[in-house]
Amino acid sequence: MSPWGTIFRREFTGYFATPLAAVFLVVFLFLAGIFTFSMGGLFERGQADLRSFFQFVPWLFLFLAPALSMRLWAEERRLGTIEILTTLPIPLSHAVVGKFLAAWLFSLVALALTLPLWLTVAWLGDPDQGAIVAGYIASAMVSGIFLGIGGCVSAATKNQVIAFVVTVVLCFLALLTGFPLVLDFFRGWLPQGAVDAIAGVSVMTHFTSLMRGVVEFRDVVYFASAIYGLLLATNLMIDWRKGA
Amino acid sequence: MGELINARNLVKSFGETQAVRGVSLRVNAGEVVGFLGPNGAGKTTTMRMLTGFLDPTAGDIALNGLLLHEDPIRARQSFGYLPEGAPAYPDMTVREYLTFIARARGIPARRIAERLDAVVARIHLRGVVDQVIDTLSKGFKRRVGIAQAILHDPPILIMDEPTDGLDPNQKHEVRELIRAMGSTKAIVLSTHILEEVEAVCTRAIVIAAGRVVFDGTPADFERKAPDHVTRNRMDYAFRAMTAAASEVPL
Repeated sequence: MSPWGTIFRREFTGYFATPLAAVFLVVFLFLAGIFTFSMGGLFERGQADLRSFFQFVPWLFLFLAPALSMRLWAEERRLGTIEILTTLPIPLSHAVVGKFLAAWLFSLVALALTLPLWLTVAWLGDPDQGAIVAGYIASAMVSGIFLGIGGCVSAATKNQVIAFVVTVVLCFLALLTGFPLVLDFFRGWLPQGAVDAIAGVSVMTHFTSLMRGVVEFRDVVYFASAIYGLLLATNLMIDWRKGA
Repeated sequence: MGELINARNLVKSFGETQAVRGVSLRVNAGEVVGFLGPNGAGKTTTMRMLTGFLDPTAGDIALNGLLLHEDPIRARQSFGYLPEGAPAYPDMTVREYLTFIARARGIPARRIAERLDAVVARIHLRGVVDQVIDTLSKGFKRRVGIAQAILHDPPILIMDEPTDGLDPNQKHEVRELIRAMGSTKAIVLSTHILEEVEAVCTRAIVIAAGRVVFDGTPADFERKAPDHVTRNRMDYAFRAMTAAASEVPL
């Protein structure tokens, strides 16, 4: 098994070593249900699609992704195992990627457990399957970005609570910059180019564009490069902070 | 095999403070080097540099003939490391943890069970091998840390306070183990216990305020105490050496 696979496996099974995994999945599904049916009004809208679910996914992950990522490096630093991990004969990048993929796969498991929603709308009507697939891809990408941010923050501290809170704030900012309200605020005193740039880096902008069911090249590039950049930043952060 | 560790002029600064100020260290196979010094003298920092956990501000390190900064992955294969406090993942069983380390070290899958058995027998972990690490006593946790470090039978062992917090029986056991391994490996261990140096080390290095103030055999070490001192000669020698160095203006 390649080094990243070894790290990935330990990390992924680690989620199930404590009740954390079960709690996480239950909370995720419970909230997903509430958002979709009560707040999103799946039935009232009378349309066989999952928009009412997907529009809340970034807000779900806003709290749940940091809960998954807060442990990744902060725990290694608190225990001191980071000294063993980073002196094993494996590149640091493998450890970073392995841990990230474990957290990501776990969030995808949570997403996969919402598939009954899809089955429900498919049974009730004739939904646009392409749009639903795109919605799931968009959701997976948002969780990837949030976990990337969370991993990087987790590498900077020994304290999981701090890692959680800071990650929530950063993810919130990453979402917020895409909203018209926020953009209008900037529009008042920034040139249009700068406003477009702010909207361009927002997770929300690309999420909504993907969710519409059009998988556009620039959105794919955005998510891929953002995740890559965040993993790179995590790598640097560990190198910089591991002795502190 | 010959020279396994060659560290030259290691310097480590944290911001304004210099924790290590030019430490050089050469260790051959068959040597057990006891690393001594007051708290804050730079022992742990030096060991962390030897394992590549911390990058030295200046100086270089060759392990088993490989420069650590040039070929870190291969150089890291040549040592086992027991960090301060013997950290391990508390939610894993001993077997799961050692299997994880073995995989990460690239030990082939078919050999893992065999290596695990050998180490578990040698460190007397058989009774707890399927126990969760969190539930183990301090002595067993320390042994798990040692097991992790020798799993791949490395030519170099670096151990930060391997007997710290152990009871006298456990200390004796760990020392016996180190002595037995010391005939073929290059071992560097840090300790606060001066008798330990006499008991297991072939060489003692004392650092104080980030500098080496003594490098010689335990017998030479003891001779540093004046003749009229008859009891606790090593303590006396240690105090004499480290007090002088600490008075050097920073």
